[in-house]
Amino acid sequence: MTDTATTTLAGPSRAAGTATGERRLPGWLRWVAPVVVGALIVVLWWFWVDVLGTAPRMLPSPFAILAEFVKRWPIIAQDMAITATNALIGLVIGSLLAMLFAGLAAAARPIDGMLAPLVAALAVIPIVAITPILNTMFGASSQFGRQAVATIAAFIPVFVNVLRGLRQTRPVHRDLLRASAASGWQTFRFLTLPTALPYLLTGLRIASSLAVIAALVAEYFGGPADGIGTAIATYAKSGRAALAWAYVLGGILIGLVFYLVTSLLERLATRRAQV
Amino acid sequence: MTHSPAGEPVEPQSPGAAPLPQAQGPSPAVRATGVSKVFATKTGDVAALSDVDLDVAAGEFVALIGPSGCGKSTLLRLIADLDQASAGTLEIFGKPAKRARADQDYGIAFQQAGLLPWRTVGANMALPLELHGTGKAERTARVAELAELVGLTEFVDRYPDQLSGGMQQRVAIARALAARPRLLLMDEPFGALDEMTRERLQTELTRIAAETAAAVVFVTHSIPEAVFLSDRVVVMSPRPGRITDVIEVGLGPDRSEALRESPEFFDLVTAVREALHGRSPVAEPVEASLRQAQGPGTRQGPGTRQGPVERS
Amino acid sequence: MRAVRWSARRQHELRGWVAAAWGALGVLAVLALWELYKFVGPPEGVVIGAVQGQAGTGVMILPRTHDRAMPHVWDMVARLFAPTSGGDTPPLWVSVAGAALVTLGIAAIGWLIGVIVGAALGLVMQRWQLLEWGLLPWIVVSQIVPLIAFAPVVNAIGNQIDRGGGTWPQWLSVAVIASYLAFFPVAIGMLRGLASPDRIHLDLMRSYAAGYWPTLVRLRLPAAVPQLLPALRLAAANAVLGAVVAEVSIGMRGGIGRMLIQLAGQASSDPAAPWGPTFGSIALGLIAAGSVALIGLGLANYRRGEAA
Repeated sequence: MTDTATTTLAGPSRAAGTATGERRLPGWLRWVAPVVVGALIVVLWWFWVDVLGTAPRMLPSPFAILAEFVKRWPIIAQDMAITATNALIGLVIGSLLAMLFAGLAAAARPIDGMLAPLVAALAVIPIVAITPILNTMFGASSQFGRQAVATIAAFIPVFVNVLRGLRQTRPVHRDLLRASAASGWQTFRFLTLPTALPYLLTGLRIASSLAVIAALVAEYFGGPADGIGTAIATYAKSGRAALAWAYVLGGILIGLVFYLVTSLLERLATRRAQV
Repeated sequence: MTHSPAGEPVEPQSPGAAPLPQAQGPSPAVRATGVSKVFATKTGDVAALSDVDLDVAAGEFVALIGPSGCGKSTLLRLIADLDQASAGTLEIFGKPAKRARADQDYGIAFQQAGLLPWRTVGANMALPLELHGTGKAERTARVAELAELVGLTEFVDRYPDQLSGGMQQRVAIARALAARPRLLLMDEPFGALDEMTRERLQTELTRIAAETAAAVVFVTHSIPEAVFLSDRVVVMSPRPGRITDVIEVGLGPDRSEALRESPEFFDLVTAVREALHGRSPVAEPVEASLRQAQGPGTRQGPGTRQGPVERS
Repeated sequence: MRAVRWSARRQHELRGWVAAAWGALGVLAVLALWELYKFVGPPEGVVIGAVQGQAGTGVMILPRTHDRAMPHVWDMVARLFAPTSGGDTPPLWVSVAGAALVTLGIAAIGWLIGVIVGAALGLVMQRWQLLEWGLLPWIVVSQIVPLIAFAPVVNAIGNQIDRGGGTWPQWLSVAVIASYLAFFPVAIGMLRGLASPDRIHLDLMRSYAAGYWPTLVRLRLPAAVPQLLPALRLAAANAVLGAVVAEVSIGMRGGIGRMLIQLAGQASSDPAAPWGPTFGSIALGLIAAGSVALIGLGLANYRRGEAA
């Protein structure tokens, strides 16, 4: 579930399209269109379940899910707190480690040489597969396995982006600082750091949802009997579909909150990045 | 190898001879002796500069002009200690280039304005001062002075992306002057601008250079620009990069717009152009038609320049 | 000048080998770190915040060094060659390889489905901006939905179809779930890639009165290659991940996901065994990404001018 390294939600430029004479759509549609699509999905869903009655038992109607979510909010919130905490710890620690290692890799060629293939390999392997082993190593009653998986999931995009950002200083700026006889530390503080900041925040945005998903999916591979993932699995197995999906809604909410907060941070920082 | 447009022959110097005795007094802004720079590339070595001698006196405005690959930007970068020479000596105000850079004896402006986009115009101008520990009050005062010097007082709190190309370049020049340097190095700073803005900024630059009494080494592609701005035009040619000609521009310290349309200006432009093409410039200014009637390649009178053979 | 100077050409050729050597050094460093910690680390691990006398408090941040918790590297390797479950069963690595191949096959099908769906979505979103505005936010949100929830649903739907007269084998559910994870990077990559040509190139095609389809085939698709290749690689990694998680979720036999859980359950008696399928999963991810990278080799011409 890793994103392409530097995807920004702003999306590709449409200027090329309009240059060939296509009509410009009104701006308000940008907000209305996804709402309309969402409403359409809900209506079709409800139709399939309640009107046609042909949906499998495991897929309840959207209103039943909402009702269950509201009714069971206290226990859902408890489990949401567990998973969200694991994800947050993973995000924070993973980002800090990533910044540290990216700094080291940018500064020293040998470290970069050793880290680059390791990180590239980490990016393609199913990280949650090591959860059972982590639970063995750290004990089945520890949240550590899940937090470790979330950490690794967050580490990769932040590392890749920060490393790229540290290398994006423009030659004319580097010449300028050298001509001003700036020390190495001053160059880092006045040039490299501000240049890398937007990349760091892009990495954080990508890492946020990855950390949530990793924390959640890791619960499925063992560990303590709390958290959203285990709840979903338990209730799905015992046939309580609406409750299982209510927990899914909880998971989506956590992911959305993480994503929106980091997305906002990223937009704030990239305002002045380009001249 | 200097010669004046007035037509008086000057003793040609053979390469490697001892330089003519310089005026005694303050050390020249730039003294380059036998400077060479070789770059190693995948396809072999490239001699970007070969045995270059150049003197720039204090307060003098010197333009470096030549086709691509002649080494003019390389020479500027060597003076700025952004690169090191492979051979020869380079002295800035009597010190080695490295120490001159550490002492911040010069200010530099590049073709791209190179403003840091996350800093305001004022903060960009103050960057060299901030790097060297100048106090905030002093910085603010100096920024106000600089902004007035380049005519951007109302824009001090704006960001670079809100300024036009010409304005950004003015900020870059102000930044180069922040620490009151005695030497200004400029690498085609007006290259990316349109002609009208260019001419306006050229006039401003001569005013600023006169006011601050700084020496200037100015790299350019444009012949009229070189003649308009400088006291001396140094013509360079590539493969290997070297100085082939130095032309005195005796147009005096006042460079007004009217100058661009005067006959002396056009003659100097012609002289530089011909030096660039490797032909010997005509020793006296003559009517264009007369030149045409006599055909190409004629030499005028005794004591004129030797042919191109001697120049390498 | 130094007496011996490697020509710049030779250095260029050796670069690939040098990089591989550094990578191998990195792996060795990790293994060395593992063994070093086992050697010098405290036997009960490093716990912070524990309360005296209360078992189970505190957070263990470094594991116990006991052989049951952290087997030696050579034990892990040796276990691979021992029988899977004692007696006459084939060596562990054979079982792991078999299970990995099964999962790889399913993941490949999932990847294919995901690529087709993702490419189609990317195409229509680029063609009609209204669809991009309407669909893209939901596509992004779709990746935040934990796929654990979908596995039972897809399985149930598959069973319905199966009972209703069609055929829907269990592995197809796993492939569908894998494709759910795989389609996202392809959709995004396709969308950005198709919109990436320079304005001047688009103007050029317009001046030739080339309509949508010729422009698509001759300009937009070739221009999209540099964006698509990393997206395909990502989709492959995601498909493997989706397949592993779905196998566990549905309880499908024969895949590596199930083997992971099974052997982890026996970890107290056979501590080195779970590392077998773990290495298998790692290898799986690498092979999947590597095979897709091979596609890029044939498309080298379309990647000229790609930034490093």
